[in-house]
Amino acid sequence: MAVTEVIGVRDVGSSVADDLRAVRMIWKRELIRFTRNKVRMITSLAQPVIYLFILGTGLSQLIPGGSKIDYRTFIFPGVLGMTVLFTAIFSALSIVWDREFGFLREMLVAPVRRSALVLGKCLGGATVATFQGAVMLIFCGLVHVPYSATLLLTLVAEMALLAFTLTAFGTVIAARMAQVETFQVVMNFIVLPMFFLSGAVFPLDRLPRWLAVLTKVDPMTYAIDPMRRAVFDHVEIAPKLARTLNPGMTWAGHRLPAGLELAVVAFLGLAMLVAAVVQFSRPE
Amino acid sequence: MVQVADQHVGQAGGGGARVIDAVDLTKRFGDFEAVKSVNFSVEPGETYGFLGPNGAGKSTTISMLCTLVRPSAGQATVAGYDVVRQRTEVRRQIGLVFQDTTLDDYLTAGENLRFHAELYRVPKTDLDGRLWQVMDMVGLWERRNSIVKTFSGGMKRRLEIARGLLHSPRVLFLDEPTVGLDPQTRSHIWSYINELKRRESITMFLTTHYMDEAEHCDRIAIMDNGEIVVVDTPEALKRSVGRDRVSINTSDDQAAMELLADRFDLEPTVSEGAITFFVAHGEQFVPRLFADPDLTISSVHVARPTLDDVFMAYTGRTIRDAEASGTERMRANPWMRSGARR
Repeated sequence: MAVTEVIGVRDVGSSVADDLRAVRMIWKRELIRFTRNKVRMITSLAQPVIYLFILGTGLSQLIPGGSKIDYRTFIFPGVLGMTVLFTAIFSALSIVWDREFGFLREMLVAPVRRSALVLGKCLGGATVATFQGAVMLIFCGLVHVPYSATLLLTLVAEMALLAFTLTAFGTVIAARMAQVETFQVVMNFIVLPMFFLSGAVFPLDRLPRWLAVLTKVDPMTYAIDPMRRAVFDHVEIAPKLARTLNPGMTWAGHRLPAGLELAVVAFLGLAMLVAAVVQFSRPE
Repeated sequence: MVQVADQHVGQAGGGGARVIDAVDLTKRFGDFEAVKSVNFSVEPGETYGFLGPNGAGKSTTISMLCTLVRPSAGQATVAGYDVVRQRTEVRRQIGLVFQDTTLDDYLTAGENLRFHAELYRVPKTDLDGRLWQVMDMVGLWERRNSIVKTFSGGMKRRLEIARGLLHSPRVLFLDEPTVGLDPQTRSHIWSYINELKRRESITMFLTTHYMDEAEHCDRIAIMDNGEIVVVDTPEALKRSVGRDRVSINTSDDQAAMELLADRFDLEPTVSEGAITFFVAHGEQFVPRLFADPDLTISSVHVARPTLDDVFMAYTGRTIRDAEASGTERMRANPWMRSGARR
């Protein structure tokens, strides 16, 4: 056979369209890997379910009798946040697996911008995490939250924003992680504290000062609060109890509006994205 | 030290005749000089091999050419593009097959290749045809929908070769393409590589520490301790060692040995039941033997010097000794280490 028609690589400059092609590819890979791993799909939902129904039911006893609110309703937004947190961080940390098993190099040597790779990774992880969070919404009815279209859409949008920020955050961590073994350390020293400090399981007012400060620097706090507000807007609850259970995030004594809180999350997400791009673009 | 490598500086902009041109290329890691000012050039369509023990600097050199490691000094062009200043252009022109697999185990063979096509911007209209072409060549077309995890080591390497070719690179870099594979699989891989040479007008640059693999190259650069010791064709290298080994069996060995000593001025010995001696050009010498009426030869065997002999002649040790001596082994992929800090 003669030299077969060799497809020339078109020598065009790196265009936005080409970079988008790379972004889409990384994003799609993330989804394929997620859907192939059925075990992961199920097990990553197990933990939130356990928190919601075992911890939630148990601690419900502490809520003064006579009130209509269920502790499970209270932690429901927190559990949604937890689902997003665990899935997003896990997706981001899979970069460490990719490094160990080589595929990361296939991506890094490709003639595409690093920013496209990082963006694809963050969007992929965010999509997967949002999907998992959305699946948790099927439990609304069991915790006295109505299946209101407005509420569900609001929650999904807020979870998507949180998911993106957390994946970007995880990507920054993964960029500095050399070994898969470090994974447990990240879970214990970063992910779990982030979850507990976010107001997911207890109201954030009347905390000792040191703890209050920590809750304010936790990015998750700024997503859990708007989600809980959305939920409380749709359930019957006495205004006084609502204030007790959901005091919200305050800066210098002023309660932040939900829009500002979400803007904080978005801003942190973009900052993390930039940080991740910088980390991965650094020459050897 | 013999330096056969050319000193020409590559023409910028892709128009140069040479596909790879390295001038005083150097890489230092701290105090350790992994690659010491090497000069070499590779012609279009050539299969060029770096032969040397582990730790000789082969992988570091290949990493510099592939833009994965920044040279400490000197310069290099690949397909006419500078490996430091025009990284993206270089990357578009090259295909890479590394020692360690870089496939995604959870994807199918086809998905791995399609993703590669996205990263390398293979025009969508050409993709299906090209996909068939490269997968068929390595005999994996039937397995395109199998998850890569189910593949053997040899199949993975073949798939990586197919992937490296998918975007029609001008140069295919193969870093120890058969390391860790069993002999039968190795020879399979080589039959695919040779087929590839035949079918695509591609330049190949490979590193190996297997002597028999170096034989497949058009030219070999022997590398030791970060330096290129000599560059030439395998044949010329072996010729440069000098003499061939000739073994013969005769009807009367005693008489034959005396005759060889008297008439041909040789110093024959008996080795493994055959009369053995060394001459400069074995195949030209044998007809002269047969022309002698007093010799009755029943069998003859001419053996060329091996590349082992060549390595020994130029470095004063065998490649196995060199590896055993524990030269600082630069792990194949320096970016991996830096990756940890990225």
